[in-house]
Amino acid sequence: MRRPFALCAGVALLTLIVLAVLAGPLLWSVPPERMDLAARNAGASLAHPLGTDQLGRDLLARLMAGGRISLAVGGAAMLAAVALGTVIGVVAGMVRWLDGPLMRLTDLFLSLPLLPLALIAVTLFRAPLAAALGPEAGLFALIVGVIAATSWMQTARVLRGEVLALMARSFIAAARSAGTPPLALATRHILPNVASAIAVSATLAVAGAIITESTLSFLGVGFPPDFPSWGRLLADGTAYLGDRPGRALWPGALISLTVLAVAYIGDALRDRSDPRGPR
Amino acid sequence: MIRYTLRRLVFAAPVLLAISLVVFLLLDLAPGDPMAQLPLSIPPEVKAEMRRVLGLDAPLPVRFGKWAWQFYVIEPATWIDRALGTALTEDRPRMISWQTRAPVMDLIAQRLPQTLWVVGLAYVVGILLAVPLGLWSAYRQYSAFDQLGGAVSIIGFAVPPFFSGVLLILLFSVHLGWLPSSYDTTLRVTGWDSLLAQMRQMAMPVAVLSLQTTALISRYMRAAALDVLGQDHVRAARARGSNERRVLMRHVARNAMLPVVSVIALGLPQVFAGAIVTEQIFRVNGVGHLLITSIQAGDLPTVQTITVLLAVFIVLANLAADLIYAALDPRIRYA
Repeated sequence: MRRPFALCAGVALLTLIVLAVLAGPLLWSVPPERMDLAARNAGASLAHPLGTDQLGRDLLARLMAGGRISLAVGGAAMLAAVALGTVIGVVAGMVRWLDGPLMRLTDLFLSLPLLPLALIAVTLFRAPLAAALGPEAGLFALIVGVIAATSWMQTARVLRGEVLALMARSFIAAARSAGTPPLALATRHILPNVASAIAVSATLAVAGAIITESTLSFLGVGFPPDFPSWGRLLADGTAYLGDRPGRALWPGALISLTVLAVAYIGDALRDRSDPRGPR
Repeated sequence: MIRYTLRRLVFAAPVLLAISLVVFLLLDLAPGDPMAQLPLSIPPEVKAEMRRVLGLDAPLPVRFGKWAWQFYVIEPATWIDRALGTALTEDRPRMISWQTRAPVMDLIAQRLPQTLWVVGLAYVVGILLAVPLGLWSAYRQYSAFDQLGGAVSIIGFAVPPFFSGVLLILLFSVHLGWLPSSYDTTLRVTGWDSLLAQMRQMAMPVAVLSLQTTALISRYMRAAALDVLGQDHVRAARARGSNERRVLMRHVARNAMLPVVSVIALGLPQVFAGAIVTEQIFRVNGVGHLLITSIQAGDLPTVQTITVLLAVFIVLANLAADLIYAALDPRIRYA
């Protein structure tokens, strides 16, 4: 079953969310940190379409601000993880004597308890990095780094397999016998041929990064309440589930919809690149 | 099979040490200090002497060796002592939590039953749902049932446990009032009433965790069953006139379960990670909850022990997956 609409639907949904988060403040210009103390814990009204939190901050504005953080973390962590995974996978596939050590390293990382280690790393290095880069940039860099360091392994494994298969092909042998240096071989002949595998890994990495960041924030070691991501908004909202369910439902639904959109795009890309047809 | 098992065991030991070293090094960089709570009136030279006596200034390999010996030899030996009444570890120091000043292993032992109950039950429920779901999805590929199975698995992926848990609490605790939103660990099952209460409070955590399991394993089962359905021996069985039920149960399900069994063994540690989140939502005071509170309190020995225990668990699950696969499929052993 080809699902031609899956790619369109995924792209449309993701574009909608990204647009709402980036361009939304042009239409709804309430600053997310402004406290309206007269309207604390307010329900939906014209002044606050989605209500306010316990300090009277506008939920709609906070969702847009949170989305910018969540999507930025997802994108940056994806770039870092895919870059790392691509380098390790391509090197392991091209250089025979590095293949063994690099794949053992990948296996070792796959056997680590990743969520506890991510929690520990964020807790331990929060203060030093905040001192070095400033509280917000430091925390952002730390969370992106931790997610990238714990999620590059799948990309590396997939790419190693693809590169190993490519290395046996005759056009690679031709390029090598023409004296192409290894770096040029990688950039000119290998990378263009594994681009679709990289793209599929990238979509998986974005979805995984958004979920991991939300998990960290939900467990209280991610972003602080004055610099909230969707995960943090959801965590804060769970305390008010009885009378203000929207405070937890909106950020949760946005996380799920974003992951869903990215997953659909990934599925569609895989269907297109897999000659054996969709699974 | 014995040679294969021994070879796998020999490979597992260095992996275990390497993982322990990674966790040890990460925590070694931590700013926490076991001497931090000593009175400020102690002069610095006395403090330095105390550090020396405690072995805190020893080089890294020595400290790692001592820690590994304590973790892999002394702590298990205390359990043997307790179970058999022997005195292998008499007067040996234990790993002590900075937060409660109790042996870390005892703290974990107190928390483990809750986690095991919730995680274990969720995993069993998830597998029992996933295997028939995947099998039937493959048998009736592209049918409405298959589409539904696909939807369940994509929901399991896109709705993380911290959101599905919130949704369930909102529906069943806030609106319907059927189930309690937090887990009462003091409940003792003594009769039918308390058994019912126990089942009610376990329903939502188990549902949240088994959704994740079902989503993952049903996809593997479907893919494996699709592979088997296209093979010649299935066509041969049909040509012989076997009825469909027999083809599906005997020829397809049994062969498709081969790769799925190892996925099941490999997925178990992942469920424990999901349990960290689930315990936080439903206030189950299990091991995951202990990990979070210890991280927040900077209780490094407890954090370290739980993390390494999880790592040991992952290595054991990998080992179990390899061994089960080899036991079920002789081709692996001799390859």
